[in-house]
Amino acid sequence: MSQVSRLSDLYGREGLSPGHSACRGCGATVAVRQILLAAEPPFIVVTPTGCLEVISSQFPYTSWRVPWVHVAFENAAAVASGIEAALRALERKGLGRRHKVIVIAGDGGTFDIGFQALSGAFERGHDLLYICYDNEAYMNTGIQRSAATPLGSATTTTPAGKREQKKDIVSILVGHGSPYVATSSPHLWKDLTNKVRKAQSIEGPTFLHVVAPCPRGWYFEPQLTIKMAKLAVETRIFPIYEVENGKYRINYMINRPRPVEEYLKLQSRFAYLLRPENAHLLERFKQWVEDRWNYLQKMAAVTSS
Amino acid sequence: MYSLRTQRLMTGNEAVAYAVKQADVDFIAAYPITPQTIIVERLSEYVASGEINAEFVPVESEHSALSACIGASLSGARVFTSSSAQGLALMHEVMYIASGLRCPIVMAVANRALSAPLNIHGDHSDIMGSRDSGWVQIFCENPQEVYDYTIQAFRLAEHPDVLLPVTVNLDGFTVSHSSEPVAVLEDSVVKEYLPRHERPRLDYYSPASFGVFALPTHYFEFKVEQEKALRKAGDVFNEVAAAYPDEAGRLVKLDKVNSDGRIALVCMGGTTGTLRHVLKQSASREFSLISLKLFTPFPSKEILEALSDAEGVVVMDRATSPGAPLPPLASNIVASLYEAGINIPVLSVVYGLGGREPTLRLIREMLEKAKERLRTVKVRVNRMYLGYRGEER
Repeated sequence: MSQVSRLSDLYGREGLSPGHSACRGCGATVAVRQILLAAEPPFIVVTPTGCLEVISSQFPYTSWRVPWVHVAFENAAAVASGIEAALRALERKGLGRRHKVIVIAGDGGTFDIGFQALSGAFERGHDLLYICYDNEAYMNTGIQRSAATPLGSATTTTPAGKREQKKDIVSILVGHGSPYVATSSPHLWKDLTNKVRKAQSIEGPTFLHVVAPCPRGWYFEPQLTIKMAKLAVETRIFPIYEVENGKYRINYMINRPRPVEEYLKLQSRFAYLLRPENAHLLERFKQWVEDRWNYLQKMAAVTSS
Repeated sequence: MYSLRTQRLMTGNEAVAYAVKQADVDFIAAYPITPQTIIVERLSEYVASGEINAEFVPVESEHSALSACIGASLSGARVFTSSSAQGLALMHEVMYIASGLRCPIVMAVANRALSAPLNIHGDHSDIMGSRDSGWVQIFCENPQEVYDYTIQAFRLAEHPDVLLPVTVNLDGFTVSHSSEPVAVLEDSVVKEYLPRHERPRLDYYSPASFGVFALPTHYFEFKVEQEKALRKAGDVFNEVAAAYPDEAGRLVKLDKVNSDGRIALVCMGGTTGTLRHVLKQSASREFSLISLKLFTPFPSKEILEALSDAEGVVVMDRATSPGAPLPPLASNIVASLYEAGINIPVLSVVYGLGGREPTLRLIREMLEKAKERLRTVKVRVNRMYLGYRGEER
């Protein structure tokens, strides 16, 4: 595995060509471009149904300059399992060669409908990298709540704000015994690209959870996407950390977090949460941020020895 | 007959597994479900012992089984899976994708009734629920056919003009669990019969996109092209069969016995064996029997030829289509007759749901009723439930 410290350390081949139909300011496609530039060839990309699939593969065009497959919404990890295992057999028989398999899935296809297939693939220990670009709702179908939607966020199915906090997908995958689970953000391109390479270099099922701000679904101006990712990290709402063989490490230490309101107030989806009568919900949100940060620090301390 | 072969005692499920082993598959993904489970167990034993050089992926659901098979097939592998009933129903969504992506996957279906109420016994309602999923659908009468047809299914699926998935259907328990002597070919003979063909696959060095998104501007053409390929499978079928090393085991679209009988019985799967037995024992020569092996693509032309001298037809369906004019097989037969302008009376019989045994006595009673209804009642299409204990209407 070679470390990325300069742009020139990335491979020259763009995996996702321009001309796709993503919205202006789409955070997911910024992340995907970085992922594909960093990934070690040869690799195959699997994408479940969702924004990324729809914006990149409208027949007779494709934005994919790398081998790519979409099968359905809930089965990306299963499809990836099949590719990974089949190529192992074909290589053994002299009928093909192994490729790295990378799943790039949204939060709906990961946290919700694709969760069973994801759990199965991780439990079976397939050698694959599963990357979730988390835009925190079903954006492709028009902003409906997912298990990744944060507390207080308005979606078209939670018009008065979601009452539950998002699922801790990283802990769940650590619980599957994955050798490498990490979070990242497209505004930290060195972090993201190095984590892609690191995850690929580790045998077994690895997972990256990447924040993917969505101007359309979060209701912010499209030029603010990278700023939004940065604020998510600097408010400690989306901590950047990794768990390698059970050892927690915070990769981006936030000693003086920005107030969460700085992040929330730029997104109309949180308008309801910021109303004075919902101060108790905002309090719950802040408590969640603080508890998770404390938990990560404790885990980092406990597992560092 | 069977000169190239040695005899082994096998159940239908074991015959599937043995054929798959000889087919030199690269990839198997499956999930256990009665009455198919033994296929999965045997195959995992073959993989564990090194008798097959393949990867066996014990997935967490049937949906994932077929999804993994699609990924494997698009990677260039020869792929097998099997299922039944609820498992097949869970796969339903992905079955359409397997055929739409032109994946030559072979799947054995040990046919079983669908819940509710829960029932593990044989009928055809599982596969009929996926009738229009674009797969080639073959039905077997006995373990010997299961063995021969499974091998030929791979050649048919992978034929460059077809590239479609194939189901090999065997009645749950009555065929899947019945032991019979099965004459098997030498491994080398099967290997020679199943050469490898190149087809588009996922490869970093010649990247392609699979499973794209098509708007109303293109979707229609995709689906019609796919339907043409399925029709083409009906033509390639004979070629695939003719190349099979032992003539006795060659795939046929249908098999007709008692050709001079004026009332034709049409049936698929294990019950056809019971009908053969009843006809053989009977002194009457009034009935002919058409054992249909290929359900999709439906061989209308061959059916019509076989029915050319018939004065009436009894169509036996081991499934119902609630609310529809007729169950699936009867519906196809009536449509074929209409298209040819043949106006003979049809008796549609629904039998054996949830494993209700079509006993010799019931079959004999049915034949008596068929004679009476087809000749005396002035109705083009009659209906009956064989062995049903309630009131018919």
